[in-house]
Amino acid sequence: MPRVTPTSLRKELFANPLDGLVSVLLITGLAAVGYRLLHWALTQAQWAVIQANSTLFAVGRYPIEQQWRLWLLVALLVAATGLSWGVLRGLPLRDRPITALWPRNDRIGAIVLVALGSWAPAALGLTLSIQVRWWGLTGLLLLMRWLAGRYGSRLGKAATRALPLVWPLLYLVGMVLIGGGLGLVPVGTNEWGGLLLTLVEASFAILLSAPLGVLLALGRRSSLPLLRWGSVLYIEFIRGAPLITLLFLGQNILGFLLPGGLAPDRIWRAAWILTFFSAAYLAEAVRSGLAAVPRGQLEAARSLGLSLPQALAQVVLPQALRIALPATVGQFISLLQDTTLLSLIGLLDLLGTARSVMANPLFLGKSAEVYLTLAVLFWCCCAALGLGSRALERRLNPPSLGR
Amino acid sequence: MAGRLSASPPWWQNRRLVPWLVQAAVGLVLVVVIAFLLGNLVRNLSAAGLLLSWRWLGQPASFDIAESLLPFSASDPYWRGLLAGLVNTLRVVGLGFVGSTLLGTLVGSASFSSNGLVKRLARIYVEVIRNIPLLLQLVFWYFVVFLALPNGAAAIQLPGIVLAKSGLFLPGFEGGLHWTGPSLVDGVWQAPLRFTPEFGALLTGLVVYTAAFIAEVVRGGIAAVPKGQWEAATSLGLGPLLSLRRIIIPQALRVIVPGLNTQYISLAKNSSLAVACGYTDLYSVAETSLNQTGRAIEVIVILLAAYLAIDLVISLVMNGLNRLVQIKER
Repeated sequence: MPRVTPTSLRKELFANPLDGLVSVLLITGLAAVGYRLLHWALTQAQWAVIQANSTLFAVGRYPIEQQWRLWLLVALLVAATGLSWGVLRGLPLRDRPITALWPRNDRIGAIVLVALGSWAPAALGLTLSIQVRWWGLTGLLLLMRWLAGRYGSRLGKAATRALPLVWPLLYLVGMVLIGGGLGLVPVGTNEWGGLLLTLVEASFAILLSAPLGVLLALGRRSSLPLLRWGSVLYIEFIRGAPLITLLFLGQNILGFLLPGGLAPDRIWRAAWILTFFSAAYLAEAVRSGLAAVPRGQLEAARSLGLSLPQALAQVVLPQALRIALPATVGQFISLLQDTTLLSLIGLLDLLGTARSVMANPLFLGKSAEVYLTLAVLFWCCCAALGLGSRALERRLNPPSLGR
Repeated sequence: MAGRLSASPPWWQNRRLVPWLVQAAVGLVLVVVIAFLLGNLVRNLSAAGLLLSWRWLGQPASFDIAESLLPFSASDPYWRGLLAGLVNTLRVVGLGFVGSTLLGTLVGSASFSSNGLVKRLARIYVEVIRNIPLLLQLVFWYFVVFLALPNGAAAIQLPGIVLAKSGLFLPGFEGGLHWTGPSLVDGVWQAPLRFTPEFGALLTGLVVYTAAFIAEVVRGGIAAVPKGQWEAATSLGLGPLLSLRRIIIPQALRVIVPGLNTQYISLAKNSSLAVACGYTDLYSVAETSLNQTGRAIEVIVILLAAYLAIDLVISLVMNGLNRLVQIKER
């Protein structure tokens, strides 16, 4: 980021009379809008609707005496995030082979996190014991980040390779913690809601659609006509239909397609539809990556004696997936956003919970506060995913490949 | 040694046999799965007494459509209701194309402005809009913006245009050739042209959202034209406007048009979220029809066919446009 000085400001804003006029008009307009927004947020908005329903927004009607399981899961997730952050930081950059333990962006990130972790729970009016938990989680994140950044490089390459496996494993642990089983009291899917439901659906679809998308992309580029046309038909059909009609199909027809009793419940039906939907788009992202790998790579691998599956898995796919990474994460981000459509088929995801809260006469007319909060929340999640993807992309490009 | 080389490889390495075996296996699995699903479908549907039939399309719909270009009343048959829904969808999609293209081009070219503030605002616009779910934006526009507008005499009034809680009122010809503007009759606004707040919220939401993506397409298209083209045009004595029109835009369009195709299709598909702000589009009519008749398969087939047809038409038109702007080599 270039340093802001009076000279650079003058050059950027007042280079010629027309620019100057536009700048003055824009600054005045922005100041007026900003002032009114701040005035509304600080004096007129009634944020009590968020405070009173914070548990509902977070986990829906999940039984209170079982919520310790979710706290444990959050702690595990936070620890894994810190670990990934630290290890990712330790990977060398092309133009910077050795990075500091706390580069400038990481310092800013850590300060923002500490500020958020200490201010947000207090501002939401949560009880002291819950505030303390959030402080602990922030501390845990930074601790894991420090540990992984300081000692991660000693674990060698195997640890870096194993890291991506932590997340699917954590998903399995999470599903046991959320749903019960293995000695835990079962909690039915009809009691999941809010952010919990949104994240369960999104993570399920992300984890399952990734391998499905890779298979479809390979199928579309296969020389076998049946595989190729089957994949093309599937991908184009799914991409041609709006997601809401597919969700509608899942809720109304899936029950007819399976023998009675075998059909999953409404929540898992939606999760499967999201998976099938996302797989078609992911396949296109991966296909563009596959197309960017020169044909000679496959031919060279085959002539070295690798079988086709070996050549694909060890030579072609690693290169293709690296190229397809930005598009893939972009698809994951839009998948996270697409979970809001569940509210249209009557599920209580984050947006569905918000709509049900607003139907309560107590909170009538508070839609601006609620929707703005959701928008900020979604924006932060999606922007964080985008940032992470860009950092990963810069570190995965090997020096010779360049950009 | 020689014997081993001349011996044919084992059958699982046969280059002609194995692909066919793989295909046969995949085909068999597909056939079995599809047969299983279809068998269940037929069995379950006949148990529910809902075997495929299109006769319900001719029965009276017995629901009303709040705003429809096509005259429609509750006694009209279902097929007419679905058609009215389709017309409503096409109306919002058509206006959405125009609006999002204009706004997107504006924002996309703003990122090349010499003014740093304009450039940054364009970036911020794109980053904010793309990271917030469309559905959330639609309910925001409807419940927070359009339904909070003042009504009656307090409405926002510009010369000839009135924006009130009851909708957007525009002037037009009435009763022959009388140019009439909006007027307040007993506290209710009336005008030749009226857009409901539902339609307004949906259109605004779709335009603002799609424009962010189109802005990126336009930015990429302009950035793809090498800087030397500008310099060459200037040194040939062309002014900025002329070099933009004759040199830059024709080259940028080659990159932009295929990207626009994707964005137009996604706008058409996204218009199915109309139900969130109470606008009666094709999906909304289909949902009501399904709830009334229970005809799940037929309704979904109609829905999917309609959206696939819309996508196909957009693709055909855009591909034609693409052929126009591509390099013509002679």
